[in-house]
Amino acid sequence: MGLKIIVCIKQVPKAQELRIDPKTNTLKRAGVESVINPPDRNALEMALRLVERHGGKTVVVSMGPPFFDASLHEAIGMGIDEGFLLTDRALGGSDTVPTAYALSKTVEKVGDYDLILCGEETTDSSTGHVGPGMAGHLRIPQITYVSKVGLKDGWVEATRTLEYGLETRRGRTPALLTVNFGCNTPREPTLLGKIRAKRGGVIKIWNAADVGADYSKIGLRNSPTVVSKMETVVLPERKGIILDNGQRDAVSKLLGMLADEGVLRVG
Amino acid sequence: MVELKPDQYRGIWVYLEHRNGAIFKGSIQLIGEGGRIAKELGTELSGVLLGHGIRDLAQEAIEYGVETVILGEHDVLKEYSPNAYCLALAKLVKRRKPEVVLFSASKNGRALAGRLHAEIETGLAADCTAFEVTDEGLLAMIRPAFGGRSLAHILCKEHRPQMASARPNVFAIPARDPSRRGRVSRARLRLSPSDIDTEIVAFEEFPDVQEVKLEDSAIVVAGGYGMRGPENFRILRDLARELGGAVAASRKAADSGWVPKEIQVGQTGKTVRPRLYFAVGISGAVQHLAGMQESDVIVAVNKDPRAPIFEIADYGIVGDLFQIVPKMIEELRAMKHDGGEAPSPATIRT
Repeated sequence: MGLKIIVCIKQVPKAQELRIDPKTNTLKRAGVESVINPPDRNALEMALRLVERHGGKTVVVSMGPPFFDASLHEAIGMGIDEGFLLTDRALGGSDTVPTAYALSKTVEKVGDYDLILCGEETTDSSTGHVGPGMAGHLRIPQITYVSKVGLKDGWVEATRTLEYGLETRRGRTPALLTVNFGCNTPREPTLLGKIRAKRGGVIKIWNAADVGADYSKIGLRNSPTVVSKMETVVLPERKGIILDNGQRDAVSKLLGMLADEGVLRVG
Repeated sequence: MVELKPDQYRGIWVYLEHRNGAIFKGSIQLIGEGGRIAKELGTELSGVLLGHGIRDLAQEAIEYGVETVILGEHDVLKEYSPNAYCLALAKLVKRRKPEVVLFSASKNGRALAGRLHAEIETGLAADCTAFEVTDEGLLAMIRPAFGGRSLAHILCKEHRPQMASARPNVFAIPARDPSRRGRVSRARLRLSPSDIDTEIVAFEEFPDVQEVKLEDSAIVVAGGYGMRGPENFRILRDLARELGGAVAASRKAADSGWVPKEIQVGQTGKTVRPRLYFAVGISGAVQHLAGMQESDVIVAVNKDPRAPIFEIADYGIVGDLFQIVPKMIEELRAMKHDGGEAPSPATIRT
């Protein structure tokens, strides 16, 4: 009997492309490419390696608008066996409470899993609440901020990075793990994988009713939190004096200017 | 669904995380901020302590300003486990109905609050850096968004309690006063060993890496992925020594295992505000900027002239850091020998 690992992913705007408009001091969002949330790619890689070692099947699950299927295609391209996208207008505006609920209904519908892996947090809302929230709904053990994992005889053992050290925890499967960003090098999708992703039946689309989610528990209206106000942070003006190392004495000039600023107390 | 009207929930709770017989600094900081909120709302501040054999910690909490300690001691809580602690908190919240519960946004604090908010179906704001009481008596939970360029005010209007985690080292540690008196309210908790979902099987403490503490240092020298490997951080340590500063790193460098996580600066690491910040081989993703953009003077060294770090730099040099940094060290040493004052470690402003 092989393993069954479900990886939950989210599609986010590509962080490296996010620039601040210096005039309005807001984020330039137009035309920003969207990608799989980077920590989720580490979760996908972790799932693939576990299945390579122990045998079994990998499943990717996401929730969001129909265009999120691009992420599922990429995950399938990396070697994930099957994908499910939960998409429903009624889910729009969900905060972490309905999201954790709807995703837990989705993984229940997928069923029979040994592990659920999530990225430690998303780069766009960075709460890290959805994974633990799902574990709570599913009443399964959670191990968060994991960089290393082992599985044996119905037990999972995982090493997590805390502020003060590395802690290894053990729990029964099925369990939910959140995976540290950068803990492994995610593989790139292969051409063969991408072709497979395009085949019918590999990626299935579900709505809230398909997974048995209660409509009175999802969406903006059933989200406990609201953003009441966005305040722009006004940052200090920067001088922007950029030298080129090709230029003679760039380092001396720089240190001279820093000394003039009074931040280097050198004579 | 809420059984009670929001205004039937009273009091501010701070969840007190502890380890090795001491309350975490981040939780103590929240005692100060929680007390301020309680005063503004005209209500009481309670501290929740879960564990086993932790009676002494209650006194510590009171000396920092907690009025009532809710002490939940149980065999099952001897060691932290997410499920048992979540169930204990859920029971306490349902029984005593606080209007606000605050957590320190530590790794365990965030994950515990995340599990709890789904369990009791209420709102939770992550990693807040400020709190305000609104005219309606709600708690505005304020957190940086978009890499710190905006602050989102989050409200939880209908559901109770209003919950948030707060970023460590944002709020000051309140004064400790051994003459303060408070109440200790023991909570009876029915838990079973089967509530323990995971247990610790190994632990490796991070060594104390540097003498100058990052958050307290007036000069910070940070390295990123451009450092190419752990061995190259040596030149940053040398530069930091010449400047009297501390070494820091970007998330990518820390996650690559080149340096310990506790010197990581950025959205998921530490927030610093030194007089002088050197960003070396750091491209400047918004997540990194969130942790250092309030520095007085920012210097960037990067080979890519289009790196976003230059957009917020006061000074910068475009070029090979492996040429530039050693040159800086050499010149700083020369400046010293030229009869100038040694670059003494400047002290941080308050």
